[in-house]
Amino acid sequence: MRIAVTNRLKEQTSIHWHGLLVPFQMDGVPGVSFPGINPGETFVYEFPLTHSGTFWYHSHSGMQEAEGLFGPIVIDPAGRDPIACDREHVLVLSDWSPIHPHEQMRRLKMMGGYFNRQRQTLFGLLAGKDQSLADRLAWGKMRMDATDISDVTGSTYSFLVNGHGNAENWTGFFAPGEKVRLRVINASSMTNFNFRIPGLPLTVVAADGNPVQPVETDEVQIAIAETYDFIVEPGAAESCGVIAEAIDRSGLVRATLAQRLGLVGEIPKLRERPVLTMRDMGMDMSGMDMGEGGEIDLSKPANSSMSGHSMSMRDPSVAPSVKMGPGVATLSPMPVDRLADRPTGLEAVDHRVLTYADLRSRDPNPDPRVPSRQIDVHLTAAMERYMWSMDGEAMSENPAPIPFRLGERVRVNLINDTMMPHPIHIHGHFFELVSGEPGSRARKHTVNVLPGGKASFDLTADAEGDWAFHCHMLLHMHAGMMRVVTVRKEAAA
Amino acid sequence: MTRLFSIVAALLLASSPLAVRAQEAGARTPQADEHGGMDHGAMDHSQMDMSGMDISGQDMKGMDHSDHAMSASTVSDEPGDAPPPPVPSDFPAERFFAPDRMAASRAAMVKEMKFSTFALQVDQLELRTGKGGDRIGWEGQAWYGGDIDRIVLASEGEGIFGERAERIELNAYWRHALDPWFNLQLGMRRDFRPDPQRTYALVGIEGLAPYWFELQGQLLVSNKGDLHARGKAGYTQRITQSLVVEPEAEVDFAFQDVPALNVGAGFERLEMGVRLRYERNRSLAPYVGINWERKLGGTADLARAAGDGVSGVSAVFGVRAMF
Repeated sequence: MRIAVTNRLKEQTSIHWHGLLVPFQMDGVPGVSFPGINPGETFVYEFPLTHSGTFWYHSHSGMQEAEGLFGPIVIDPAGRDPIACDREHVLVLSDWSPIHPHEQMRRLKMMGGYFNRQRQTLFGLLAGKDQSLADRLAWGKMRMDATDISDVTGSTYSFLVNGHGNAENWTGFFAPGEKVRLRVINASSMTNFNFRIPGLPLTVVAADGNPVQPVETDEVQIAIAETYDFIVEPGAAESCGVIAEAIDRSGLVRATLAQRLGLVGEIPKLRERPVLTMRDMGMDMSGMDMGEGGEIDLSKPANSSMSGHSMSMRDPSVAPSVKMGPGVATLSPMPVDRLADRPTGLEAVDHRVLTYADLRSRDPNPDPRVPSRQIDVHLTAAMERYMWSMDGEAMSENPAPIPFRLGERVRVNLINDTMMPHPIHIHGHFFELVSGEPGSRARKHTVNVLPGGKASFDLTADAEGDWAFHCHMLLHMHAGMMRVVTVRKEAAA
Repeated sequence: MTRLFSIVAALLLASSPLAVRAQEAGARTPQADEHGGMDHGAMDHSQMDMSGMDISGQDMKGMDHSDHAMSASTVSDEPGDAPPPPVPSDFPAERFFAPDRMAASRAAMVKEMKFSTFALQVDQLELRTGKGGDRIGWEGQAWYGGDIDRIVLASEGEGIFGERAERIELNAYWRHALDPWFNLQLGMRRDFRPDPQRTYALVGIEGLAPYWFELQGQLLVSNKGDLHARGKAGYTQRITQSLVVEPEAEVDFAFQDVPALNVGAGFERLEMGVRLRYERNRSLAPYVGINWERKLGGTADLARAAGDGVSGVSAVFGVRAMF
């Protein structure tokens, strides 16, 4: 297919086809895959469509994506779609701020918690909310903020579904008894969303464009850059509210599925803002008494197995590959695989919540080989300085790329040394999440690595070229949480 | 083995009545429809170690997924230890686009991600009302730079309205990040008041200590050779999201008498304040507070001898600004 993109902006731009497998020179990342599209210039993208599903496109220049340069892509299968439905809707979730992303970044560099209006307070302590005094002191000693859930929040963002806020109430129709397929794309720049339709189960049928074995759930955290396809059956209900709530609960957006125009889905109350726990610091809690309300007594050792392990939050020996410096405030001392964990803020909700471990590919994984090697990639940060990096080095420091041989299969262990989830995205490839027995592991292009935890994926480096590999929180990527990945034919020995 | 797996799987698929699987119960049964086109025979199982796998358990009823993930991964799914390939030095995009354009584009990307900016932070701009009359006081800084290195212009001072200021200090220093929380300061301080004016060489440490205390310590050597030290500490306590109380203290120390400045060796001056600010808007936050200042030791003696007061309390009204 051929798409001619003409840049009518006054600055350089680009279009990246997020999730589509294209030749690298058509991938649309200035400085990596092509030189960008200058003002007035037309660039002709040309690539074969080799797979189908729900994807999206966005600019990879500057921070234009945060200013709205994105849109959905739906590729229908060549034959009959095995995912049967009577009707489908595309829902693009986004966050919109009147503050330019560069200015957001500047303010965050002045004050890491600039946009956080849900921090712990003295009144909260007196009212018995959030952490106990002992926990606050223990976290304060480490200079860690247990309410640091999102950097840019509802204090400046409007949350949108297909460009519509609550008042505009984006509405999708259905007829009674219909099976409706929702193609949901999180095109936000900085907001992970909790997605639910109160009272209606969601059957997940695809993730990141790839079909999964249908799994029914009540709520799904859709990280930035992920796409999920759901089948819902509203039955005879006149209307239902589709809710996308920011994970820090600083706001939500409601859209409506309705039998006719004018019906308005209910807006539920925002749930309480989550408070991070020691698991989010990368301290193993197996065998640890969490107490009734998940309270943690830091004065007691977690369990005997911890003896001999460093409980320091910045012990370089736990991550020898990380370049230590002012940009690395913490290293998770004992990161555990969190793919089977409920995501941040949904640990205790009293209905079903999707975890990555619930996802199984519908189709057998194409490459059954066990990886021939593995690499660790640490996601590192200093929140108070608002510095973000991989392995302690920001992209602006021009780090060496991560090299792969063409065709080799490698396990990539992502280790989150920060207190925030990071949706990590690789261009040009799908990977299999290392969860459950091999063969039908979920194939994705983006995985949200939970705070203090680990997520592993197996990657078959089958696309020659240079590719971007980064956190899809736009400000994190821009601040440096990015690498170039190279895939080359091995030179004849 | 492969054959057997296909047959068992096919049977299970065909007999499966459930369209979806209930997560809570842990039961999971693949949907027959969805798997109609799935060719298990074509799957290459030869590389999978299925020896430990119970085929009859393929319906996985009651299976704890997370557990299985662990055991399966460690037994049959452990990656090898092949060495990584060398890091290439070529740029494949240059096969499709002009190499000079690509080089410029790479440089532009790195430059764009290199954060450098200007900021103005006025911590105090206030009216101080006490026995000695109304005064104006200020403290703030402007900086330009990135994460690691910044040029800072900082100023603090005090004066009576409509009269010559008593104290005007202007600092200019290079601020260099030492670790995630602390910075080195290296530069100059020029005191335009009091008279006679002095210029100091400055070396300091500032940063965020455990328990969120903001600390600063400076050593200053004047152009006349006298040595001074200054220490500062502050703490930000949120009462509500918008109501913030900030106690602060600043102390000056002289390592010798400096008669020209009416300073005696030892502690010179202590200033303590508590300010309660309303920070609905981070860029402009009004506050009220109390400021107490006292001359100490030999410096206080000199002030008394000159008939000046040594201490003063004032109510303060001001704004904190961040641009």
